[in-house]
Amino acid sequence: MIAIVDYGMGNLRSVEKGFKKVGIDATVTSDPKIVDNARAIVLPGVGAFRDCIKNLSDLSLTEAVVRSIGKGKPYLGICLGLQVLFSESEEFGRCRGLDIFKGKVVKFRFEEFGGKVPHMGWNNINIINRPPVLSEIPDNSFFYFVHSFYVVPEDKSIIAATTDYGVTFTSMIWKDNVFATQFHPEKSQGLGLKVLTGFGEFVKKA
Amino acid sequence: MLAKRIIPCLDVKDGRVVKGVSFINLRDAGDPVENAKYYDEQGADELIFLDITASHEKRKIILDVVMKTAEDVFMPLTVGGGIKTLDDIRDLLNAGCDKVSINTTAVKDPYFISRAAGKFGSQCIVVAIDAKRVNNNMSDATGEDWFTETALKDVILPLATGELTWAISTHGGRKMKLIDAVKWAKKMEELGAGEIMLTSMDRDGTKDGYDIELTQTISETVSIPVIASGGAGTLEHLYEGLALGKADAALAASIFHFREYTIKEAKEYLKSRGVPVRL
Repeated sequence: MIAIVDYGMGNLRSVEKGFKKVGIDATVTSDPKIVDNARAIVLPGVGAFRDCIKNLSDLSLTEAVVRSIGKGKPYLGICLGLQVLFSESEEFGRCRGLDIFKGKVVKFRFEEFGGKVPHMGWNNINIINRPPVLSEIPDNSFFYFVHSFYVVPEDKSIIAATTDYGVTFTSMIWKDNVFATQFHPEKSQGLGLKVLTGFGEFVKKA
Repeated sequence: MLAKRIIPCLDVKDGRVVKGVSFINLRDAGDPVENAKYYDEQGADELIFLDITASHEKRKIILDVVMKTAEDVFMPLTVGGGIKTLDDIRDLLNAGCDKVSINTTAVKDPYFISRAAGKFGSQCIVVAIDAKRVNNNMSDATGEDWFTETALKDVILPLATGELTWAISTHGGRKMKLIDAVKWAKKMEELGAGEIMLTSMDRDGTKDGYDIELTQTISETVSIPVIASGGAGTLEHLYEGLALGKADAALAASIFHFREYTIKEAKEYLKSRGVPVRL
């Protein structure tokens, strides 16, 4: 069973329905015990980094999430679920993340490139290092994004895909059991569902 | 490269899709979930449900429509119309929609937008602006008594200006306000809106094309995305809104609903004119 971690940040229904649509058993939960016992975890979410960290902590989910990743359990982070893996965010001054990966979360600066913020809509991903969950995804495919911040990993070898929006930013990371996307597979129509299927396949083999 | 978005808009009344001319003569054009699936298959970039249900008791119907849509359609969904409280927003997001569009409530209480953005994030708060070119016929407009707060006084439209300006309207175009639409858009961005859905009430339902001056002025004023709306009747109009009006997305209703063009035809046309789209 895949646990979709509910920590009060946004629309989890789409993620749950997405897995259901492709025939994968996934349950929305905010119970740390269920997260501990799940075969894999999905951390979705949109909104503020600080609230995300606070809610995870208030619901005693931080430990369960970090422990699961440490044990080698398959992890799929979506949007905030990617950003919280890093050391810190520059949102509202500074905010500490889960520090699974060294690096920062920084904001698109409208003044620097003249584009609109949030980065909202469909953009291409350039696959740098193809993770197993993208096995069915052609390079340069369009996915749906909605975010104002992006991650800057210190270890460039974890970058799985990049996207251009004024800057070239990391739109997906992959290391061992950890996959995390800045885009929203659950909002990216057929191709997005293929990413969820890809994660389901990885979980089966793990 | 970020693609320009094509967004079909479905007017939903009592759970059924309707779309008429200038909000008055409504024609029934089917079931919302079936429409949503149709547009999903065609490759629409997002979908908007505009709930025009009048009676308060029937307002729960839209939640059911959203839930059913989210079972089958995996694309961004916005719902607008009649949103008055933070609970209304929460209910819609929990039902499976991604963004809500707010007009009248923002005009009544601009800080509602800050509270909504603070609670749910700017990315899901769209402010809908219905703008109308200002002529001398503003006698029935209201607004001076609003915005006693100094911070908001500068959005009140000064009368007798020689410059081209737009005022905003609420309640589906029935009420005019003495508020400068361009300044209002900027103010909404400052208060936390994540996107502006901009409708020209002069063009809405006319099929004469978007108000390009309005669209361009507001697109260049704010640093959040702008959806052009009101007046699209041809594919050329979509091109004008995106390329000349500098909008990030083009909303259209009847040209898609009555199958005059498919989304794919629209995107192929735009691509041939050099507009980045997702095909």
